[in-house]
Amino acid sequence: MAEPTFLDSTEMVLNMGPQHPSTHGVLRVILKLDGERVRGTDCVIGYLHRGLEKIGENRTYAMYVPYVDRADYVAAVSNGLGFCLAAEKLLGVEAPPRAQAIRVILAELTRISSHLLWLGTHCLDIGATTPLFYTFREREFIMDIFEKYCGARLTTHAFRIGGLQYETYDEFLDECRSFCEWLPPKLEEYDRLLTGNRILIGRMREVGILNAEDCKAYGVTGPMLRAAGVKWDLRRAQPYSGYENYDFEIPTGERGDTYDRYLVRMEEMRQAARIVRQAADSMPDGPIMAKVPKVIKPPAGEVYVSVEAPKGELGYFVVSDGSTQPYRVRIRPPSFVNLQALDRMARGALVADLVAIIGTIDIVLGEVDR
Amino acid sequence: MSLRKFFRTVFLVDLLEGLGVTFRYQPTKNVCTEQYPAERPKIAERFRGAPRLNTNPETGETLCIACNLCAVACPEQLIVLASERNEKTRRKELTTFTFDISRCMFCGLCEDACPVDALELTQDFELASYTREGAIWDRQMLEEGPKPTRYKY
Repeated sequence: MAEPTFLDSTEMVLNMGPQHPSTHGVLRVILKLDGERVRGTDCVIGYLHRGLEKIGENRTYAMYVPYVDRADYVAAVSNGLGFCLAAEKLLGVEAPPRAQAIRVILAELTRISSHLLWLGTHCLDIGATTPLFYTFREREFIMDIFEKYCGARLTTHAFRIGGLQYETYDEFLDECRSFCEWLPPKLEEYDRLLTGNRILIGRMREVGILNAEDCKAYGVTGPMLRAAGVKWDLRRAQPYSGYENYDFEIPTGERGDTYDRYLVRMEEMRQAARIVRQAADSMPDGPIMAKVPKVIKPPAGEVYVSVEAPKGELGYFVVSDGSTQPYRVRIRPPSFVNLQALDRMARGALVADLVAIIGTIDIVLGEVDR
Repeated sequence: MSLRKFFRTVFLVDLLEGLGVTFRYQPTKNVCTEQYPAERPKIAERFRGAPRLNTNPETGETLCIACNLCAVACPEQLIVLASERNEKTRRKELTTFTFDISRCMFCGLCEDACPVDALELTQDFELASYTREGAIWDRQMLEEGPKPTRYKY
């Protein structure tokens, strides 16, 4: 075998992150490169590990609710919803209809907010600076609704086990409706700005393809799975919190590439706005809190409850030993599971495409590391 | 390639459409940036910010009955209070109350637990301090509230 010369490419190992802005937090990817081509990736996670699951073992059920907001902090309401539903299932209670409808409104608003943040940062990753400012302006509207409703903008702690703590404020439904009126024109604006843009298509088309079989094999859920053409949405497949009452479509893609995921998320925002409008129009009256004992002491047992978070299936596996504190809480975070597919998508891609691929998974490191 | 698509590609229609959106936002009436220290944000009524220990506005006496429910409800166990029994009225009276802002996550469970609305999370959000000790608030600080510097422009 001939001696390698300087003309031959040699494999190079490169660290991307944990301080790289395009890794959306503190993800570190060890890249094996052959020139510009990615030959292999190795994710190093845990830089944001706070031991959320362990914290759950020494807090009471009610005390643990604000902590789960810190897992996926850009969609805190979905986290709270998942854990509250799990605790309610353990207790054997169900939130009253009015509480469920308000929960749906807030969960769908947080889906829009999460997708808007994704859209802004993802476009920033692949070189479009402008959309970030527009999406954050829209997101501010949702943040204001959250702030007025429950007093916090990001880590909301909006739900309690058994229902809600806060009754809606006076203009709540009007503001939700006007937001739903206001959002679709803005999404059309993004369409004009991005969807047909040749640079964006060039950066996204045929990049990071993950077909339906691979998605299922890796356990990938959420918009990534739907972009591969699988019509799977937990809101439809196993309705929770009254989702069976609302009429919405599940957008799917065909090729399962980055561009399809972009289109799926754009359409999901429109559908989420539709659900918010329906829930606001059919808001029932009544109590917002079910009869839950002051000291929550569920009977011994275990439950798994999963909800459709903006990023995919968010599951809570809670084991109770009959005391006031959970025996074990396991969180199944969507972005942690979706991140597994990074290697499959990135092999053979260019380094610049890798940035787009990390962005398209829509990871939140708070949730990956917990 | 259809003729229409060909013209769109040659005359950069997709890029011009996008530029149209950005140029529509050029007039300054569309600016929605808040010039923060000069222009203060409107904080919602329910906002969970700095804690406050309410006093009776007429007598200046604290409303707190030293029941310790907030300290029990706090997930971070950052509230520590002490009380002593008044021999005349047979009531518990608050002596000290400390609230560790540096560990607080503003979840609002303490104010939900308070039976007399003595402990409340307020609209104050400027909680920075030069020292770590400055983030541990005593009873006087909790009753008076933070006094951040107001900048004039």
